[in-house]
Amino acid sequence: MSGGVIVGLFVLLAVLAPLLAPYEPLRGRVVDRLQGPSTEHWLGTDELGRDVLSRVLYGARISLQIQVAAVGLALLVGTALGVTAGYIGQWPDMVIMRLVDIMMAFPGIFLALAIIAALGTGLANVIVASAIFLVPQFARVVRGSVLTLKEMEFVTAARALGERDVTIVARYLLPNSLAPIIVQTTLRMATVLLTASGLSFLGLGVQPPSPEWGAMLSNARSYMITAPHVATVPGLAIMLVVLGFNLLGDGLRDSLDPRLRE
Amino acid sequence: MLAYVIRRLLLLVPVLVGVSVVSFALLQLVPGDPALILAGEEATEEVLTRIRQEYGLNRPLPVQFLAYLRHAVVGDLGVSIQSRQPVSTLLKQRFPFTLKLAFLAILVSAILGVVAGIIAATNRNSPLDIAALLGSLVGISLPIFWLGLLAILIFSVRLHWLPSGGSGSPAHLVMPALVLGAASSAVIARTTRASMLEVLRQDYVRTARAKGVSDRLVVYRHALGNAMIPILTVFGLEFGYNLGGAVLTETVFSLPGVGRLIVEGIFARDYPVVQGALLIVATTFVLVNLLTDVAYAYFDPRIRYS
Repeated sequence: MSGGVIVGLFVLLAVLAPLLAPYEPLRGRVVDRLQGPSTEHWLGTDELGRDVLSRVLYGARISLQIQVAAVGLALLVGTALGVTAGYIGQWPDMVIMRLVDIMMAFPGIFLALAIIAALGTGLANVIVASAIFLVPQFARVVRGSVLTLKEMEFVTAARALGERDVTIVARYLLPNSLAPIIVQTTLRMATVLLTASGLSFLGLGVQPPSPEWGAMLSNARSYMITAPHVATVPGLAIMLVVLGFNLLGDGLRDSLDPRLRE
Repeated sequence: MLAYVIRRLLLLVPVLVGVSVVSFALLQLVPGDPALILAGEEATEEVLTRIRQEYGLNRPLPVQFLAYLRHAVVGDLGVSIQSRQPVSTLLKQRFPFTLKLAFLAILVSAILGVVAGIIAATNRNSPLDIAALLGSLVGISLPIFWLGLLAILIFSVRLHWLPSGGSGSPAHLVMPALVLGAASSAVIARTTRASMLEVLRQDYVRTARAKGVSDRLVVYRHALGNAMIPILTVFGLEFGYNLGGAVLTETVFSLPGVGRLIVEGIFARDYPVVQGALLIVATTFVLVNLLTDVAYAYFDPRIRYS
């Protein structure tokens, strides 16, 4: 469960960034610009003399904010849609599934791009765009789970006892769907990080001078020849965190899935 | 078979309609007056009125949408605000490039991925297998734009082997295709491994081995064919993701594709371009998925009756 370790470390660093960062992430002395790693600046400085380590730490905070907000939002909306589609079936199911198909008809980052095009750039819109991008996947997973579960005996029994639909969903269907939902949540945290940093890299996401990792990489492009460390570190950070979430998600899936199949 | 194709085509229609609704709605969702957006900030009242006339912005939304659809179907996607060129011309210049890039990337990742997957499956739990699994995990975790920057750093700046951007020769496509295909090869490798493992457990494989068929023949003749079926679906999906990833790759390597077109369009608030590009890309993705599904049904007759 090394994934868990990485994720835990990431969250810890993100939350404690203001305490841990040796320097202000937004202030730098131009005279210090583009220095390589040294004892004063463990990861060097960027083109404006800002300490890279501090910026990376604060960037972790921003990424965590985006991830939690976007995944949380998508989780709520996606689960609501999935439950409606799966449990009620018929018309709502068809409509919701077509909506999901339409959202999934835009490959990769295009859907997020479309939303940014309409709403504009910035942290809030990145969260909204990422959330909308994730909703179809949550909806599908929850719908699948609900479809399987609602045929089971305990649901029939509950109905026979006169329990209301809302109760059945809340007390039986959702708790038993927890496993795939948790796996999806973890894996989607990775997706959000990649999408959000991609958007910021393009200049369409979180705007400078915010120390978002993707935006940092975009700035670093011009200085790759003279100061490659500025380009290496944020990307490495993204990769490690995504890897952590993927490992965690895979591990969770392996340990939770067999129990679900029973 | 035909019935299956027709069924899938029918399911396509609402999706395509939905896609065009989204593209159309883009301009309407932007805060502000669409006429002002299209004409520019300093436009006079006369220009605004003319724009409203031309684009029919005074008519009710459903009527506007139908007009948009009617134009789109014959290839008229409007005119770019920035360059005054018809959007369809711009797309015709840039989209084939992106298709070429995505196709190359899928080809590369298919070869790499399938080979890696077969090696992993046939050497289960060996160091090779573990290396392949770890490698593919890293592969799907790599941000494309970072991989691209690193590739430029190593192969262009340090080693001077390959050009760092632009187009014009096959050499210009090597790094972009590899970078774009990296994540896909990881996914394909994992799927191939899983599929092969599944197939190799089957009775007919055991029979073949019992008959004395060499291991190699078993893998390539008997197992691979059946294992390929689910992998085909992944090819189609990954092609779609490559279309999306092309946006980032084209930006890093300064390539003249539709990905960069759409990003530039968003920056310039050139909405006709953004709408047109979205429409074309989404439609292509949907059609590719349809083809993949049909191919899947062709190879695995069980699917046709579900």
